[in-house]
Amino acid sequence: MAFDANDSLLLCEIEQFLYHEARLADDHQYEAWESLWTEDGVYWIPANGEGGDPEQVMSIVYDNRSRIALRIKQLLTGKRLSQTPRSGLRRIVSNVEMLGRENQDLRVTANAFVFESTLRGDLVWASRNEYRLRRVGGELRMAYKKVTLVNNDKALYSMSFLI
Amino acid sequence: MNAADAIPNWDSLIRPHEVRGSMYTDPALFELELQKIWYRTWVYVGHVSEVPQPNDFVMKSIGPQAVIMTRDKDGEIHLLLNRCSHRGNQVCLKDSGNAGSFTCPYHGWTFTNNGKLRGYPFPTGYEGVDNSQLGLGRVTRMSIYQGFVFGSFAAEGPTLEEHLGGARETLDRLVRNSPENEIEITAGFLKHQVRSNWKFLVENETDGYHPQFVHASIFAVAKSGIGDLYSSKSTAVSRDLGGGHSENDLRPEFRRLDKPLGWFGTSAERLPDYTAKMNAAHGEGRAREIMIDGTPHVMIFPNLFVAEIQIFVIQPLSVSETVQHVTAIQFKGAPDINRRLRQQTMGSVGPAGLLLADDGEMYERTQRGVQALKPDYLYLGRGKHREREDEQGFVVGDATDEVPTRGMWRHYRSQMEAD
Ligand code: FES
Ligand SMILES: [Fe+2]
Repeated sequence: MAFDANDSLLLCEIEQFLYHEARLADDHQYEAWESLWTEDGVYWIPANGEGGDPEQVMSIVYDNRSRIALRIKQLLTGKRLSQTPRSGLRRIVSNVEMLGRENQDLRVTANAFVFESTLRGDLVWASRNEYRLRRVGGELRMAYKKVTLVNNDKALYSMSFLI
Repeated sequence: MNAADAIPNWDSLIRPHEVRGSMYTDPALFELELQKIWYRTWVYVGHVSEVPQPNDFVMKSIGPQAVIMTRDKDGEIHLLLNRCSHRGNQVCLKDSGNAGSFTCPYHGWTFTNNGKLRGYPFPTGYEGVDNSQLGLGRVTRMSIYQGFVFGSFAAEGPTLEEHLGGARETLDRLVRNSPENEIEITAGFLKHQVRSNWKFLVENETDGYHPQFVHASIFAVAKSGIGDLYSSKSTAVSRDLGGGHSENDLRPEFRRLDKPLGWFGTSAERLPDYTAKMNAAHGEGRAREIMIDGTPHVMIFPNLFVAEIQIFVIQPLSVSETVQHVTAIQFKGAPDINRRLRQQTMGSVGPAGLLLADDGEMYERTQRGVQALKPDYLYLGRGKHREREDEQGFVVGDATDEVPTRGMWRHYRSQMEAD
């Protein structure tokens, strides 16, 4: 699709948003990360490829907004053993593309590469991410994030950090 | 130790309430377990509902071996091994599908989904060869109970019903909760790997001592009554069902609560469709009892764990790597409860599960812990002094007691010592 100068500005804003989201997740800034979500946010990590219909088949994560909140609350107890100690994390988000608009949302995709250091050892997670971003009170917010791991058809080690 | 010629000193390895750390770390012992347990006893493979149509197949496993579970055109279930009878290539690389035959990519031999060799390219090279001797390998025995398909590589031995023994009733109890008396496994599996010996998983499944600690983070923030079921005040019991099988019988607590669907943290009012179907199937009085008792929490040795709303299938890959395949149980013909079963399962289990990521963390840390040489043993004596027999003659203990673990080890030892 063709972009004009306004789109370039928007793309820059989107990229900044995604980098910000990535940094909050890497730094375990749970509350700040949660505040990036809209009230109807959906956080989806499919299993077994693209995942089919998440209402019908198992996903690694398929959180509505209240379950996102629960996940964050659990992490905030400081007693989530799989994140005590916390994973060491650094991720690269790249190949950001604006795919178009859907109602009031911007559809965006990116690749992500996450290095995780745990008690078990070090791991690399690679994914294609899809986002729906929405402007709420002037700021971009996340209404949808789908993380399709490259190896999600295989057995995976625990991943209780925010990806 | 070389498993083939050294006989382990079982008296020193496994005692009534303690086991050696090396039981979880010795690679030679793992090889022996494959021979004595995984490739001998009845092992859960899959559920008939995973291959509902003729020619459906699904990739399953028995320990590190892949097993193709097929339904042939006549509706018969087969457990085939994924190894071409020519020179050993894998004949199937798909997780599931519908196919009347499998063609090996290497030289094109073709097998029907009941395991028979159908043919090969350039047949003149095989003059006088008896094709009936060249089918796919298969799991020696196959048997089905309540739709659960088990396989055994032993030509002789106990029947599946004998193997299930005291655990058989728990599967009856499970399917009773379906208005059609049938469960289905249709929601696909999560595959969650842990760097841990498989026995740590088996032991943990009916360990009523850990939930209050390992799952404190989720109990603190979710409205869940699970924690109380495993307190020292709980009236639930842990039960050794024999044969290595064990359960946490939570019914005493649910009966005290006296609320249909209380076991599932919901109510009859919130699942009216399911409740109506259960009433129609069983009559109101009996349906009420079933919906109060709920589904079992039972570990069927060595690899099927029914955890009320989901099943886990334990697959050892090596002495220190294990995969748990997990999915929601679905009750045939009950969409409203099924949706909730899937949602709850997804939140709880798998690599990011609010419960299971933390169990997984414990498995892995314990695996690293037992590498330390001292003390010699793990102490499994909790509740030994208050073990008792129930009306049916099973050994039971309090909810948090290690009765199930001791029962598992007693059976394990008998299997490992058998010729
Ligand atoms: S190995 Fe399968 S056809 Fe040769
Ligand atoms: Fe647990």
